[in-house]
Amino acid sequence: MDIIDRRLNPGGKSLANRQRFLRRARAYVRRAVRDSAVERGIGDLEAGGEVSIPVDGIGEPSLRRGGGGGRRDHVLPGNREFIEGDTIERPDGEGGGGSGAGRDGGGDDAFRFVLTREEFLELFLDDLELPDLAKRRVTTLETQGLRRAGYSVTGSPANLAIGRTMRNSLARRLAQRRPSAEEVAAIEAEIATLTAAGGDPERLAELAAALDIAERRRRRVPYIDPLDLRYRRFETYPRPVAQAVMFCLMDVSGSMTEHMKDLAKRFFMLLHVFLTRRYRHVEIVFIRHTHEAREVDEETFFRSAETGGTLVSSAFVEMRRIVEERFSPADWNIYAAQASDGDNDYGDGATTSALLREAILPVCQHFAYLEVGAEPGSGGGFLERETTLWRTYQALKGEGAEMAMRRVRHRRDIFPVFRDLFQKRDAAEVDA
Amino acid sequence: MTNLLFQGRDWDFDTLRRLHDATEAIAKTELGLDMYPTRIEVITAEQMLDAYASVGMPLFYRHWSFGKHFAQHESTYRQGLMGLAYEIVINSDPCLCYVMEENTATMQALVIAHAACGHNHFFKANYLFQQWTDAGAILDYLDFARAYIARCEEAYGQTAVERLLDAAHALQSQGVHRYPRKRRPDLRSEERRARERRDYQEQIYNDLWRTIPVKKGRARESLDEHRRALLELPQENILYFLEKTAPRLQPWQREILRIVRNVAQYFYPQRQTKLMNEGCATYCHYRIMTRLHETGQIDDGSFLEFLQSHTNVIRQPGFDDQNFGGWNPYALGFAMMGDIERICTAPTDEDRTWFPAIAGSGDPMAVLRDAWANYRDESFVAQFLSPHLMRQWRMFHLVDDPEDPELRVDAIHDERGFARMRRRLARQYDVAWTEPDIQVVDVDLEGDRRLILHHHVANDLLLAESDTGQVLQHLADLWGYDVVLKEISAAGGTVLKEHARSATHAFA
Repeated sequence: MDIIDRRLNPGGKSLANRQRFLRRARAYVRRAVRDSAVERGIGDLEAGGEVSIPVDGIGEPSLRRGGGGGRRDHVLPGNREFIEGDTIERPDGEGGGGSGAGRDGGGDDAFRFVLTREEFLELFLDDLELPDLAKRRVTTLETQGLRRAGYSVTGSPANLAIGRTMRNSLARRLAQRRPSAEEVAAIEAEIATLTAAGGDPERLAELAAALDIAERRRRRVPYIDPLDLRYRRFETYPRPVAQAVMFCLMDVSGSMTEHMKDLAKRFFMLLHVFLTRRYRHVEIVFIRHTHEAREVDEETFFRSAETGGTLVSSAFVEMRRIVEERFSPADWNIYAAQASDGDNDYGDGATTSALLREAILPVCQHFAYLEVGAEPGSGGGFLERETTLWRTYQALKGEGAEMAMRRVRHRRDIFPVFRDLFQKRDAAEVDA
Repeated sequence: MTNLLFQGRDWDFDTLRRLHDATEAIAKTELGLDMYPTRIEVITAEQMLDAYASVGMPLFYRHWSFGKHFAQHESTYRQGLMGLAYEIVINSDPCLCYVMEENTATMQALVIAHAACGHNHFFKANYLFQQWTDAGAILDYLDFARAYIARCEEAYGQTAVERLLDAAHALQSQGVHRYPRKRRPDLRSEERRARERRDYQEQIYNDLWRTIPVKKGRARESLDEHRRALLELPQENILYFLEKTAPRLQPWQREILRIVRNVAQYFYPQRQTKLMNEGCATYCHYRIMTRLHETGQIDDGSFLEFLQSHTNVIRQPGFDDQNFGGWNPYALGFAMMGDIERICTAPTDEDRTWFPAIAGSGDPMAVLRDAWANYRDESFVAQFLSPHLMRQWRMFHLVDDPEDPELRVDAIHDERGFARMRRRLARQYDVAWTEPDIQVVDVDLEGDRRLILHHHVANDLLLAESDTGQVLQHLADLWGYDVVLKEISAAGGTVLKEHARSATHAFA
């Protein structure tokens, strides 16, 4: 008998099968993920979780008897009062009083299982893509990087590959039979002892000749030859900028209700999740504004309320300052998302659009404006009325500025709007 | 001086070894079991879930359906809806027993007695396993299957292989030989037979026979019959039929069909012996654990722990209990084997009438070993279910006939009912009876090459409509031409229903 401890074997033996299953059920799972994403809070979005998909997509059919009709026999335990010939009311639903007919899972119309966080996000953000970056004029997504690319025979001394050079040198010295220092020393030592002892002159002459040959050979065959030299070679390659910064701009003036802030927060968080999956490093900058703008931390951004007028341009001024100070467009991919209820000071429209056109849009990879509205039913014909800011931006867009604008008034619209903004752009862009 | 094998709940590999040696000694000497050598493998819960997903086998080819089962099991397990088995045992030589690391020392003893002794003996002794499975080769075969299918995926694309496996899996339960086929004689034995026949003819030669007028030669069998004979029709092993005769399949596709049906065949005995297999293992572990306790090798606490889990395993709720889920094979098997022991050692007059051959024989183990070796569930119930047990379990037979407005109790545990009830229960365990009888009967070779199948309907139980359609579609794609399945009533021979499908994406 052997005992084998398998506990340390690599786990995840079923992983490959699981992935095949997910791929097969992809369309169903994707829909289920979308649906469940609408229901869950944004905080749980990253948690993964249970989804259920219709069974027919992943059924394994077999030739088996159907549920209805036909004569069935059941031998059952636990008789208490029946005697032969008794009749029993047919129970509802199930064909017989017994269980033989039911197959496991036969009655379920949904297949439930748990997705990991990774799988969940993968499926959720599956067909989303960052907006077409090639059209941006200011910055490419790439910088030049250097990477090792083998060895060359020329190069600057700083790049001398000592190990490789010495290896070549050793090989050459062996091949050309250059006497080593030890060999020379051995001959010299023998000469010395022989001379001291007054030994055989013939042998001495022999040794002297050998020494002479060895030394001449050592001079002729150099220790390091230019042939041995090797230099580390580098080549340049285009390196994508793997970091992004995301600017969250939000109006926190009195007219923004908690509901609106909640909508904005959801949108920002989605954007963050999305960017973290596309970039190795994502920074977030929160700028909130009333009639003046300030960079704040996340907590303050979403929680505390302020009073004051509304000057959207102040946020752009602040953003421009931060970009100049910390986030050079050459090194950073800059994304900006603005959330507002659409109120803006009447005198500020021109400034705002100028700032946006001149300073913000040129440095941004993508600029999204999200107009949040009051909860439906709370009065105000929101959809009918165009807000000040919306009109300003609409005009800007009319001039050909590349920005995205959407309106959201209910929590359940957030996901569709987000998906809409980042959908792979095959079809022509249709705006709200 | 104590001879306890372990104390407390902790165990190490030394404990496992001692437990195995002690249980094996009892199994061999006292119960007279004959077992494959054992290999015990300690695994984690995670690995147990993995094993569940690949039908318990340690290695298996890849397919999405295993991933689906894994997802399902994992989900229910994580929600705490399902406990995991304490062990999985594999019919191979050496016999693989997977035991969970979380088990307590007592549970390990139970598991080893149950799987490494009980199941192991059953696998080695039972005629079905001997006939249909090759315990020494199964792991190598699965290894081959896995590598072969992986190579096919590389060569022909994952999608093509997956589609083929889908189709083959759909026909899996129609991919078994239910009866051993006649072995094709080889040349040498054929020659020997011919020689013997000739010698015999020479011995009995009598010239008189020449003078007897012969009848006119029997009419040559019709062309139809000839064709059917060539195609080995009717054939109930549909996968086998396709593998050998489907006109458009590639060699690798035939090989994959073969793999699927070989695996199905390997599991076929297990489906026929669920009751006996579990009953045998449960009976063995009960005997062994009791003996270990009697000889002082496990202490009272452990024995109580064992008894608790044993009684859980053999619980059989009544039909009106909300936990009722059909017969518990552990319970019924254990009860029947315990009952056989009783009949052999302390028979009543009733037992002497019902079981004259074994009543009072005094050697229950011999009877049990014989039963384990030579019966399957259906025949075991038909032979050994005693009136005593039917009475004790208060069994009754219920008939659900759609013609009647109500269910009817056809038999209860009385003199009139015993035999009838036993026959009915045995039939519930007859796989050939519980599964639809579907056969390939003919191919229209002169027309459109349509494949014709018959379902011999028993008790008016027709096939499930939507599943049948899907399976037939797979079958049509494999066959490459049209397929029609007729459901024929056993009584009148009339066609009750007809399903037809044409190949839409034939394999080629």
